[in-house]
Amino acid sequence: MSITSGDGPKTTQLLMGNEAIARGALEAGIGVAAAYPGNPSSEIIETLAKVAKERNLYVEWSVNEKVAMEVAAAASFSNVRALCAMKQNGLNVALDFLSNLNLTGAKSGLVLAVCDDPGAISSTNEQDSRHVAKALNLPLLEPATSQEAKDMAKWAFALSEEIANICILRSVTRISHARGKVVLGELPNVEKHAYFDISRKPYASVGETAPKLHQVLYRNLARIREIYESSPFNWYMGPENPELLIITCGSGWFYSIEAVRILSAVNSVGILKLGTTWPLPQKLIKRHMLQTRKILVVEEVDAFLEGNLKELAADMEPGRPWSFYGKASGHIPPFGELTPDIVINAVANALDLKYTSRDPEYHQKSQEIVKRYVPLRGPQFCAGCPHRTTFWAIKNALMLDGREGVLTGDIGCYGMGIGSTGYFQVKTMHAMGSGTGLASGMGKLNQFGFNQPVLDVCGDSTFFHAAIPALINGVHSQSNFILLLLDNSGTAMTGFQPHPGIEINAMGDLAPIIDVERLCHALDVKVMVTDAYDIKGTTEKLFEMLRDEGKPRVLISRRECALIRARREKPLYKVRVNHDQCIGEGCGCDRFCTRVFRCPGLIWDRESGKARIGEAICTGCGVCVDVCPQSAIVREAS
Amino acid sequence: MSLRQKEPLNLIITGVGGQGNVLISRLIGQSMVDAGLQVTVGETYGASQRGGSVASHVRISKDTQYGPIIPEGHADVILGLEPVESLRILGLYGSPKTFVVTNIRPFYPLSVATGDAEYPRLETIKQSINELSAKAWYIDASEIALNLGAPLLTNMVMVGAIIGARLLPLTQDMFESQLEASFEKESLTLNLQSFRMGLTARY
Repeated sequence: MSITSGDGPKTTQLLMGNEAIARGALEAGIGVAAAYPGNPSSEIIETLAKVAKERNLYVEWSVNEKVAMEVAAAASFSNVRALCAMKQNGLNVALDFLSNLNLTGAKSGLVLAVCDDPGAISSTNEQDSRHVAKALNLPLLEPATSQEAKDMAKWAFALSEEIANICILRSVTRISHARGKVVLGELPNVEKHAYFDISRKPYASVGETAPKLHQVLYRNLARIREIYESSPFNWYMGPENPELLIITCGSGWFYSIEAVRILSAVNSVGILKLGTTWPLPQKLIKRHMLQTRKILVVEEVDAFLEGNLKELAADMEPGRPWSFYGKASGHIPPFGELTPDIVINAVANALDLKYTSRDPEYHQKSQEIVKRYVPLRGPQFCAGCPHRTTFWAIKNALMLDGREGVLTGDIGCYGMGIGSTGYFQVKTMHAMGSGTGLASGMGKLNQFGFNQPVLDVCGDSTFFHAAIPALINGVHSQSNFILLLLDNSGTAMTGFQPHPGIEINAMGDLAPIIDVERLCHALDVKVMVTDAYDIKGTTEKLFEMLRDEGKPRVLISRRECALIRARREKPLYKVRVNHDQCIGEGCGCDRFCTRVFRCPGLIWDRESGKARIGEAICTGCGVCVDVCPQSAIVREAS
Repeated sequence: MSLRQKEPLNLIITGVGGQGNVLISRLIGQSMVDAGLQVTVGETYGASQRGGSVASHVRISKDTQYGPIIPEGHADVILGLEPVESLRILGLYGSPKTFVVTNIRPFYPLSVATGDAEYPRLETIKQSINELSAKAWYIDASEIALNLGAPLLTNMVMVGAIIGARLLPLTQDMFESQLEASFEKESLTLNLQSFRMGLTARY
């Protein structure tokens, strides 16, 4: 179902938070939407891309978040409303532009939807983006429900125009990826006419104008605060003089209200739910704070709201001695994701109530059973994943080389190279493109006696996003490293979004591709290409490159993601294990294929003491045939 | 008060990435929204395409919207597409009042395929689930789907099974009209067939 179907205003749909944000942007009449994919934010742009033609939008997957932000701002400067979306890590990439944009301001409604990932469910960190709004003096909105995600996204464009600046909407995984009932509004039919007024003062801040523009931001904050005082996104529920006042925002709202209901504390606990969390609506908050002596702050990740409330309390006249409960008091951890149970226990503690979620005997029994019988299901490369075979070749080449080669890594599916299915080859993983920068640096340590080979794995989408400058750095500094470009034809980790190396764009139109080999030639970098499924060939090429030292070299290991291919084509081979040949644990390899190679399509059958193919899982890549030392695995054309 | 009127009714749909967990949670959720109920679906699918555990928390209410995570011990019904995943979720969110409807076909985690860990016997799983739940239904849904020539529709067989067990405020007609609105032609026929096989499937 499309978010524009059943279009009539007042119809309801079960929308994911990200779809609701997209719908809100459509109701606000946006013309442009840009992002770099990153969970939990990806569905915002995906949803808009699907209706781009129908709603006359321009939607793009930009090369990285900074460019995405710039593309969106360009539309705003030229009279067209625009939405930019990213995950928390992406905000850091965009921050350089953003920390100047706040000073120059914008024109048409410009909204940045940033989706944080508390608990790092699909991330490398759980950074709290809200600090950026405060640091840059920009308005911040935090939706608590799918309905609010839609309504806030829409309203954020009006606020942005009111203050002629960008507005930040912060979501979290449990909002972005939760579905709730949303009452739709009207989709406007506005004529969009892009025009940049060259007679206005430039969008620029430099030297002595910067402090003046900075001052304007503070004036803006005062105005935003006034607007926030009567915002429908803030509300209070509870008795007039609560024994405990919960102040919460975002996903904390549902957990708080559930905690109060489960503890039957409706008559003693009040909840002030804030949707506008920077700047704070001070008068509203003061009014409620003065009705109580105990305050519990419930929010995801950092004590952002908590700290700001304490700041407010310190300046309050008349002051009152409040007891604050939350992250600082240890009632709610300042790390990991919030859960209803964390909040229930925090409320119970603050009220001196006893709470046990389950009968202790049952609880203990259930924990014992899970521990005893339920096996772990950790992250792994999929069956037929070309990354597995590339890591296999890397492992072999480094063993043959024997000089303790160091492999730096990056963010993407291939980050799982730190674990067992990537044979523990990856030794560093940080930001997008960081593997290449680290390799560039490590490749210059020879003057201090460093003599280990340096290699770096980088995905195709990551290469365009942030690795190109690091590669150029390595060329110019004559750094000694190999960049292994793992080209699986898409941004696989986040759902196969296209990138500049793919001949199709977000809206499904044909687009010119950037040819990495030609780019390497232009940089005078030696480049070779290998088929990731050709373990022998890849190992040989890599081994050859390890010997050819002195400058950056690039090996492109190419093979389409097995999941993308399987959607389109039959398996390459029908693979089976010849049980007469397979000698299982008796093999000198000691069940090499399952124990070491670890493709989930290969299953160790304890009863027969042999390996077999898991037919529902095997994608028919046939690579394991080349791995088995007994030649017991057979592939036939499917 | 019957379970179907419980306020809120908390359902967890669990399985392994790739089994179509997210799709059925959305279809069940939308069917109930169309029936005028309040529904929240919280999904965890960070690793869903990579053989990881997946769970959707579905919260159903007459008039109140609930949060995307069910508190510990508050799951009323667990719909499992994979037997140890059903047990895992029951251990985390269940209570002696929880009902379980689960597929019995294992989807081995890598640790089992590699021989590093053991997968419990079906009898052990059943015994554990029976011990920790009020009542459980065991369905050979993968076998039923395979016999229909549509192994990927195990999820639809399981939706049929849970509606057949009368554990949700959802009727055959309501869900079938949802299928009709979501699929076309052959795909619709196969989905309807699988769903109906599930309705009458018994352990």
